[in-house]
Amino acid sequence: MLNRTSTRVCGRGRTPRPRQSEFRIRIDRFGEFFISAVAFIAIAIIFLIFIYVAREAAPLAWRTVDGISIWSPFQTPYMWQPVGGIPKFNVLPLVVGTFKVTLIAMLLGTPLALAAALYTAEFAPPSLREWIKPAVEVLAGIPSVVVGFFVLIVLASWLQDAFNFEFRLNAVSAGIGLAFAVIPLVYTVSEDALTSVPKLYREASLALGASKAQTAIRVVLPAASPGIFAALVLGFGRAIGETMIVLLASGNASTLSLSPFVPVRTLSATVASELGEVVFGGGHYRVLFLLGVILFIITSIVNWVGARYNRRLRQRLFGAT
Amino acid sequence: MNQRHRIVTIAAVLLLAASCAAPPSEKQNINLKGSDTMLQLGQRWAEVYMKDHPGVTIQVTGGGSGTGIAALVNGTTQICQSSRPMKDEEKASVKQQRQAEVTEIPVAVDALAVYLNRQNPIDHMTMEQIRRIFQGEITNWKDVGGPSAGIVLYGRENNSGTYVFFKEHVLANGDFAERYQPLGGTAAVINAVIKDVNGIGYGGIGYATDVKAISVAKDAASGPVPPTMENALSNKYPLSRFLYWYTAGSPAGTIKGLVDWVLGPQGQNVVKDVGFYPLKGASESQ
Repeated sequence: MLNRTSTRVCGRGRTPRPRQSEFRIRIDRFGEFFISAVAFIAIAIIFLIFIYVAREAAPLAWRTVDGISIWSPFQTPYMWQPVGGIPKFNVLPLVVGTFKVTLIAMLLGTPLALAAALYTAEFAPPSLREWIKPAVEVLAGIPSVVVGFFVLIVLASWLQDAFNFEFRLNAVSAGIGLAFAVIPLVYTVSEDALTSVPKLYREASLALGASKAQTAIRVVLPAASPGIFAALVLGFGRAIGETMIVLLASGNASTLSLSPFVPVRTLSATVASELGEVVFGGGHYRVLFLLGVILFIITSIVNWVGARYNRRLRQRLFGAT
Repeated sequence: MNQRHRIVTIAAVLLLAASCAAPPSEKQNINLKGSDTMLQLGQRWAEVYMKDHPGVTIQVTGGGSGTGIAALVNGTTQICQSSRPMKDEEKASVKQQRQAEVTEIPVAVDALAVYLNRQNPIDHMTMEQIRRIFQGEITNWKDVGGPSAGIVLYGRENNSGTYVFFKEHVLANGDFAERYQPLGGTAAVINAVIKDVNGIGYGGIGYATDVKAISVAKDAASGPVPPTMENALSNKYPLSRFLYWYTAGSPAGTIKGLVDWVLGPQGQNVVKDVGFYPLKGASESQ
């Protein structure tokens, strides 16, 4: 688009040179091709990663490797202890652990992130807004290993002293660490969604006599809800796949419990801590790839459901898409 | 044509020979990989040995005995350090992948210590009590003579030889309690027990600083035995074990030199320095 406009601007006043413009059109076409190729490569890479992960797990589907079949991760007892006399590969404690930590992170992180986004988009004076947004975005740049280490060494002890936790590292400490990763993401995306609500909406609302707070909560927030919902889905995906923070801060015990105060072991942390050590091609190795597939399926389902719901939301708000 | 072929062949052979002949005149590389328990020990051995043998470079990596054995199977390390004896299946897979029998070399003796926080009043336990604690049958310190507080279990990840040794020798191959928290290394276990008054952990005696390594009784009838050198060597301490090196095929050349040195007085002195126990009588006989 930009290219074409500039051609027209340049062409004005001078004698048109057909060869040149033909060349430019060609460049334009090439650019278009290049950009779409890059987009397709990104999709292809994700697809190939999935294929590779699934391929490593696949032999379990048609034969048992070291006594492990595709059903082993779903057999009783509900216990993940892959090394020992009778290895136990039940995946339920890991799935429960993963969702528990993710849920805690979302429950702690999203209200904060949304409130902050609403404040910066609607209430903060412009000079302050210019400071807050970059500051929160810097938070996103903190490497997760640093966050995890901070929770492991400092925060977990504070929490234990403050709330008298029996276990120093538990789902809550990991969830708080994860919230550090979720907040900046949810904040940035939802803040963008709020600011992109047309000014007209606000003016109309204020003109009808609504207060600033009423406008923000009853008009702007609903109008931005598809974008905010997308932010939540992104945050959820980030939290569920995050590895380093939970690896360091969760205690890694594969407990099957709904209590948030016991240590947990997540799918991603299990793969990270065990994959480096297993015999290449062995049963344990294949099961870890199966965990990868399960994690991939969970995030895909969440994203897909999120996208569908988002479309419905948009239709309800703005009519036909 | 034929002549040119011959010249090319000769040139290629010469090149190949030159490239093969070159390395021995340069530095020799030896990889040591495996047990985290033995990581410090391996690094100290490497330092001292490289000082005396400038032609040899030794690279030491940890990761756990399982990692080392996997590396020996894959051929990415020459020597595997392991804090547990290799299983028959593992030996078989080395043989299958590397076409060579595994050589097992005990290089040091370790007492697997059970660590408690310094503030914990308990200083001895029976093997049965330790088993019941780690299997989750005993969950409160008051049941083993301590204050009324929940027990928090720490230990190693399942790639660790120490984990496997503990599971086999203490838990009689039973499962760890659900709330058992596996950590990435012995140093992390020590750190956790230092931070947690109600914590209990296990690991090599060489790491037991700032924590209490308790005495262990084989059963209720026999008295508790502290994890000292004499007790480990005489096998009175119920959790003493060998630390091993494994090679594919019998060691030869530079590697044999290193193995002999490690088993000799100098190598065994390093073992003592690091906090493990030298092999019985090794320092006197050699």
